[in-house]
Amino acid sequence: MAAATTTPGPGPDRTAGGRRGANALLTTALIAPAGLWYLVLLVAPLAIVVVFSFGVRAPNGGYEPALTLDNYARLLTQPQRLEPFITSLWMAIAGTIGCLLVGLPLAYFMATRAGRRKGLFVLLLVIPFWTSFLIRTYSWLIILGRENLGGFLGTIVGDPDFRILGTPIAVLMGLVYGYLPLMVFPLYVTLERMDRTLVEASKDLGAARWATFRQITLPIALPGLITGSILVFIPMMGEYVIPAILGYGRTFLAGNALVDAFIQTRNWPFGSAMAVGLILIMLSSVTFYVWFMNRGNQGRDVSVL
Amino acid sequence: MSAPAVPATAAAVRAPRPKVGVDHWSGVVEVWLRAHTTLVYAFLYLPIVIVVLFSFNANRLATIWTGFSLNWYEVALGDRVVQSALANSFQVALPNAIMATLFGTMAALGLQRVPKRLRIGFDALTYISIIVPEIVIALSTLVLFATSFGWINDVTGLRLNLGIPTIVAAHMLFNISIVLLLVRARLTGMDRTLVEASYDLYATPWRTFRQVTFPQLVPAIVAGFLLSFTFSFDDYVITSFVSGPGSSTLPIFIFGQVKRGVTPETNAVATMMLLVTLAMLAIGQLLLAWSARRSGGGSGANMAQMIAER
Repeated sequence: MAAATTTPGPGPDRTAGGRRGANALLTTALIAPAGLWYLVLLVAPLAIVVVFSFGVRAPNGGYEPALTLDNYARLLTQPQRLEPFITSLWMAIAGTIGCLLVGLPLAYFMATRAGRRKGLFVLLLVIPFWTSFLIRTYSWLIILGRENLGGFLGTIVGDPDFRILGTPIAVLMGLVYGYLPLMVFPLYVTLERMDRTLVEASKDLGAARWATFRQITLPIALPGLITGSILVFIPMMGEYVIPAILGYGRTFLAGNALVDAFIQTRNWPFGSAMAVGLILIMLSSVTFYVWFMNRGNQGRDVSVL
Repeated sequence: MSAPAVPATAAAVRAPRPKVGVDHWSGVVEVWLRAHTTLVYAFLYLPIVIVVLFSFNANRLATIWTGFSLNWYEVALGDRVVQSALANSFQVALPNAIMATLFGTMAALGLQRVPKRLRIGFDALTYISIIVPEIVIALSTLVLFATSFGWINDVTGLRLNLGIPTIVAAHMLFNISIVLLLVRARLTGMDRTLVEASYDLYATPWRTFRQVTFPQLVPAIVAGFLLSFTFSFDDYVITSFVSGPGSSTLPIFIFGQVKRGVTPETNAVATMMLLVTLAMLAIGQLLLAWSARRSGGGSGANMAQMIAER
């Protein structure tokens, strides 16, 4: 910015000392409220959780200071303690694959076949995403109930006791349903920017449809695909509402185990250790994501946010 | 296998419509893509349609359709619990949206003026606040409130407790980050030459901000405000852990109903909630379209797009 040296704009090139002080004051005042919020409601709670994870449960529940690794040891060595995490992991992986299978053809259609109605298709995807997650989830209780689709499917299968609600299948469907738009948005953005002449060139060179898809479209869509996967995987891993509603609490995920430890058994230190575990899983997925996007410095402008 | 049916030179010419392959599978693929898209949109909208439809159900059971009735809206609006939850929802969402928008916008502006190292640290916190699962934030915030209120009340004799202020404070964390990211994206994409031109014409920094920078930020600020309001209005997870007695919001009411068994009253309340949030989205679209037209278009500010590309 060459102009900055000649214009009396705000910045370090200000000469008057008083002005500089006023500027610094203004800058501080601008970022102080947000900074305070981050400090008190993000850094402090997370720090407390980390500290508590090394403590022991007070006799009446809660936290008693200590310095022990017991909570982590229990989490890692007792299979029934680790199980919610394993279930969450499988559910999140299956849910991500589900979103991909449902979302990729949709994004492809939107990017290549929607023509001038692209904006409308995007809007139609934003509307459900914008409306209450809770409402859209509990509605499946009505749809999959025995009086409606659940009973109908039972008749088809020929089993009057057939149930979907309260099973892992219902939870999985809820996950895919809830997070699908987060997968489609980045996929659509990458596919929409794709150079369509590449596909045509591939076809003109005699490549089969599948080969074109595998060798041209898929590599181009890969950054969007990874972004979408990370965007759905992370919240699925920490999901709490969907298993509580559609799984009747029987599919016990990490989020449910966390609530159980903090609220029901009031074992804050063990709950804290689980929370730290969950945070570590998130951070490692994001680290992997950043590494993947920057590898060979071919990272495109499709970031997590 | 399809041989190249077109001359090589024609490949460089952009067809007006995406060219479809010539192998015999192309028809099948086109039909499949179309059917898939239709089904997915049906899948996305079915639950919303069902909730709205069953809110007009005459039957007392939520799950069997018997006939049309507006009765449940009367029941819901006359229900003291619903009235209080509705009032609480607005008392949470509105102050949250106002303050989060203000603080987030201020921070986005301030961060342009700080050393790079501080900015990176701030950004890290912004991303962490969004990436850490809501349930972890909710529980750790609850532990913070419970622990610190215990101390403070012991020392000072105050009677701090969970309630609407704690819900607002907890919601604001996430919303400040969202506003900050939206406004900053706009600041980065902004035309710097206008600001420099303003300075060259001897405008004061304040006047430049008011007449040049701020108008360009309006779409992002509006989107941030509406997103914050909607998030707060719809939030269940954080709210349920940091709310106290008497501060239940609509999502908490609905969750409680769902646990006991959905009734048409639940659906009526849910439909009213859907109306409020969809009105927000519509207002956003209209305001942005209006501001784009006023500033001579070009910016292409579109609510849906901003959310989709967030």
